[in-house]
Parts: sequence; C-alpha cells; structure tokens
Amino acid sequence: MSTDTDPSQGFADEIVRKDNAENRRVRRGLFGCAAITVLTTVAIFVVLIDNAFGFFFDVRLYEATLQGGATQQITFTEYFTGARWAPSHSTPDFGILPLINGTLMVTVGAAFVSIPIGTATAIYLSEYARPEVRSKLKPALEVLAGVPTIVYGFFAISFITPIFIRPFFELFGVRASFFNALAAIIVVGIMTIPMVASISEDAMQAVPDDLRNGAYALGASRHEVSMGVVLPASISGVFASYILAISRAIGETMAVTLAMGAQPRMSLSPLVEMMTMTSFMVSRARGESAVGSIDYQSLFAVGLTLFVMTLAANLLNDYIKRRYREVYQ
Amino acid sequence: MSSQEQTQSNAELEIETEIQSERSDRETRADEPVLEVRELDVHYGDERALQPVNADIPEKKVTAIIGPSGCGKSTFLRCVNRMNDQIDVCSVGGELYFHGKNVYDDDVDPVALRRKIGQVFQRPNPFPKSIYDNVAYGLRIQGKTDDLDTRVERALRRAALWSEVEDRLDESALDLSGGQQQRLCIARAIAPDPEVLLMDEPASALDPIATAKVEDLIEDLAENYTVVIVTHNMQQAARISDKTAVFLTGGELVEFDDTTTIFENPANQAVEDYITGKFG
Ligand SMILES: Nc1ncnc2c1ncn2[C@@H]1O[C@H](COP(=O)(O)OP(=O)(O)OP(=O)(O)O)[C@@H](O)[C@H]1O
Ligand SMILES: [Mg+2]
Repeated sequence: MSTDTDPSQGFADEIVRKDNAENRRVRRGLFGCAAITVLTTVAIFVVLIDNAFGFFFDVRLYEATLQGGATQQITFTEYFTGARWAPSHSTPDFGILPLINGTLMVTVGAAFVSIPIGTATAIYLSEYARPEVRSKLKPALEVLAGVPTIVYGFFAISFITPIFIRPFFELFGVRASFFNALAAIIVVGIMTIPMVASISEDAMQAVPDDLRNGAYALGASRHEVSMGVVLPASISGVFASYILAISRAIGETMAVTLAMGAQPRMSLSPLVEMMTMTSFMVSRARGESAVGSIDYQSLFAVGLTLFVMTLAANLLNDYIKRRYREVYQ
Repeated sequence: MSSQEQTQSNAELEIETEIQSERSDRETRADEPVLEVRELDVHYGDERALQPVNADIPEKKVTAIIGPSGCGKSTFLRCVNRMNDQIDVCSVGGELYFHGKNVYDDDVDPVALRRKIGQVFQRPNPFPKSIYDNVAYGLRIQGKTDDLDTRVERALRRAALWSEVEDRLDESALDLSGGQQQRLCIARAIAPDPEVLLMDEPASALDPIATAKVEDLIEDLAENYTVVIVTHNMQQAARISDKTAVFLTGGELVEFDDTTTIFENPANQAVEDYITGKFG
C-alpha cells in the first residue's frame, strides 16, 4: 500500500505498468518452445516441396531457383489422373490414383466402423452408464487407444483375416485374398473408436445439466434427451472427433501395411490386396532406391499429397468447430 | 381482420375448448387436494435437506413457497415431479400423493408424471435451438403436434414474450436476454398444458414490467392449473398466492396456511420475524 501524501497520486502509481524482467524472460522462453514446433512444421514442408519439385521437374526446387529454368519430366496430369503406379518398373508409371484409391478405401470404410460405434459408446458413457461403470470403461478405452498400431496389424493377419473374413466369405464361395482391404478397414475402425468415443464423450459431458433437466422436466425419456438435446448441443465436439479419426485413418501406416498388403490397385472390392499412400512410403523408404532417383523422389511427392490431405482435414475441423460452437452462459 | 387471422383464432378457440373439456373431468374431484405430502424428507448423501414435510396443496390455486436461501425450497419442488431422481446422491423418504397416487411407488413412470407436472427452473435453461423449437420441444415429444404453430404462439403470448420474438422465431434462443430466456422457459413449460406447474423463482431475472406480466399469467393459469411457486419476494407471494408455505433454515416447513393468515397473523414467531425482515 502506498503511503504517499497525495492519495490520488499513489493510486495512479499502483496501476501504472511496471517493467518486469522476469515476465519478459518467461515470455521469451515460452515463445522459444512455441517457435520450435512451428519451425519443425515449416522445415518438413520445405523438404517435402523441394524434393517433390525434383520429382516433377528435372531439378530440385532450390536449384531451379538459383539457376533458373526447369523442364517438367512428369506432368501433373499423369500424376493425378494416371491409373497405374509402378515407380521402379522397367516401364515406370506414376499415376497416384491407385494409392489414393487404397487410402480412401481404408479411410471411408473405417469411418463407417468407428463413427457409429464410437458415437454410441460416447452416448452410453455420458448419458446411460452409472458413474462406477463409466469410471472403469473410460480408462479401458484409453488403453485401447494406446496399443501400438503394429499390434493391430498382427491382430488383423493372425485373427481377423484367417478366422473371420476368409471363412465367412468362403460360405458364399468368394475367395478373399490373404492381404485384403476389409481387414485393414476393420482394424483401423476399431483403432479409431476410442478417439471418437473419448472426444465425443468429453463434448457431451460439457453440456450443462441444466439443459438435460429442462428436457427431463418436459417429460423427455433418456433416449429423447440424449438424441434431441445432448447430441445437438455437443455436435461441434462430436464432429471434431470424427475429423480427427478420419485424419488418423488417412495417416495410419503399420496396421494397413500389414493387413492390406502392398499391391497398388484400382478396385472397389474390399477383398483384394491394395496399397495406400502410407504403405507405399514405408515399403520404399527402406532404402532400396538410390537417393536422387525419380523412384526415391516419388516418395516425397506422395508424402506431400498426404500432407495436404491431412492438412485439409484439420482445416475442416477448425472450420466446423467455429461454425457450430454454441455458447453457454 | 384478415381471413388468415380468423382461422387462426378459430383454431385457438378449438384448442381452448378441448382443454376446457379435459379439465372438466377433473372438476369432479376439485375439492380434494391435488398434491398430498406426507412425511416427505430428503437427504443429499448424509446431509438432511428437508425435515419431514406434511402439506395439502389445493387444486387450481397458487401456492407460494418462501424461506431463506438454502432452506430447501428447490429441493421440495424437485420432489414433486421426481426431478431429484437425476441427482445421484439424493434420497427421498415419505410419500407424495398426486391425485391419490403416491408418485414414489415403484410402478410410477417419472416420464409420464413429468408430462403432467411441468417445471420452470431457477436459472433460465433454453436449449441451443431456435426460439420456436424451444417452445415446440415439449409438444413434439408429447405428440401434441396438431396446430403446432398455434400452440407455440399461444404459449409465447401467455408468457408475455410474443411481441418481442414474433419476427425472429427461427433465431437461436441463446441470443435472447436473460429475462427473455426466462419467459421463453415459462412458455416452453406451459406449451404442453401440464396440470401442475412448478415455478422456481421465475421472476428473479425480470424487470418490473415483465414481472407484472408473469404475475398476470400466474393468476390466469390458476383458473385451470395448480401453480406452486418459489419466490424470495414477499410482496409477490402476498399478491399472487392463495396459500403460503414458509420453510426456514434446516429444511423445516414451519408454517403452511392461507396467504392472508401467514402475512397478517402468523402462528409462529419465527415466521413473523422472517416476514417482517428480522430473520436471516
Ligand atoms: N444437488 C445437490 N447435492 C447436494 N446438496 C444439495 C444439492 N442441491 C441442494 N443441496 C443442498 O440442499 C439444501 C437446500 O438447497 P435448495 O437448493 O433446495 O435451497 P433453496 O431453498 O432453493 O435455496 P435458494 O433460495 O438459494 O435457491 C442446501 O443446503 C444445499 O446445499
Ligand atoms: Mg432454489
């Protein structure tokens, strides 16, 4: 407290901002940490762009910028519309559609598994389960989310495909390949259920009880409250969980490589072997192709395509969050 | 008057007469109390919130509940429509008869009970939906969707909100002011025509004009409904209620009598002190 003779003067002193060295140090330290994340992202993006440029043109991007002039060796039309992916073949082709086909197959299929089951689990946990049940189930979900993805891959080839998928389709006289998209769809779906369930449940828990009480007092059943009040009120969080699960499925690598194989193919059948963008990247990154070869650089072009797809999913997530956020007082 | 307005008010009339005929069934039992409370007590965990309560709440009258903060007024209201079921730690003992049936019997469906006993909460709690959908919510889940527009308009008019929202029925209810939200919640509660209406300080967030309108509404409602209203405003209790229950600290129902008796000649000294402002 100021003991100044002029009380108004003393008060004014108190509210004047003081130069605070510690404040500045803390702020710089925190800024440094934030900068590392941003710089890493930028560095990844630069490396991807630079090498992907080398794939499409005969020189790398930095060479082209320094020396000027580059001739295109692979057209964008070939890359984005070509239906054959064979980068190391004696007559190579670089059409990414088969890889996108594989990735979308897994992503869309897995969404059909994880979204309904995950949402139902979230509604059960948030609205129906007794507190004791919830306190046991929620950690179990988190364990499921923590299992390494390669374990899911083994689960697919040692259990889902031989014991479930192949005998089932045999009944109809249909032969499923040992590596097949359906197994990948099932494991990636299962793998992303916890993400949908857990994030959606958090969003539902954030809905104020006042709203539930308002509906119950009007004679709503538990089902009507869950579907008609809680779900709409938490929809931005629920959608966010869907997008996160989808972008996780797009980027999923080990489980799909094991379950679905590595054969680029244009097909809508879930019973054949296929290849996703990520499986192509693991199979090629083992170091068989020479650094600087077009085969090697195709990795970066595919990587960049993948990066853009996940980025788009994240931007969509941000947009949905902003668009549907409800403000409670 | 345009022909459209004409048909609308006709439809309104039809609903009105429909309700009247529904009500006349109840007329026969009008002299018996609609709610009989017998040794009703409430615990939250080990904490006792209500001492055993005994009261007969008359049909088609306004019963006011007054008392200091934390004395259990809201707790008592929640017992009537079994909203206490939603609170895990809450346990209710004793009996509460609604038309002679104990609502705590095992075979009572709280969902069906709450369709007959509506509630307006202490804090406004509109759904994050449009103004229209808020009022229509109860009507929809109760299957009363014939003449939905008319019923919604009528409820909003009675809650003294119609003129402020008639051009913006599709806008989010969360954009309304606090007082408007509270009147919206009143409209939402009366739209499905409950038999008993529980109101927990419905006018605490309202300006004097809106308060007067809500008081008019309550008097109006008492012609067809039983109203139980919690209020901190003594003048309001004296103005609008027929019966008054006074709870005092500790969750005890100290006195329950005609409002004029409570305010002019209370039997209990603590009640007199509370009403004249000498208490808590
Ligand atoms: N959900 C709850 N869990 C535990 N205790 C509760 C709960 N609700 C109320 N109580 C307790 O029960 C007692 C009565 O609360 P209640 O809300 O019924 O009071 P009130 O008379 O409505 O007060 P106010 O006038 O402030 O609204 C209080 O001591 C309160 O702490
Ligand atoms: Mg209260």
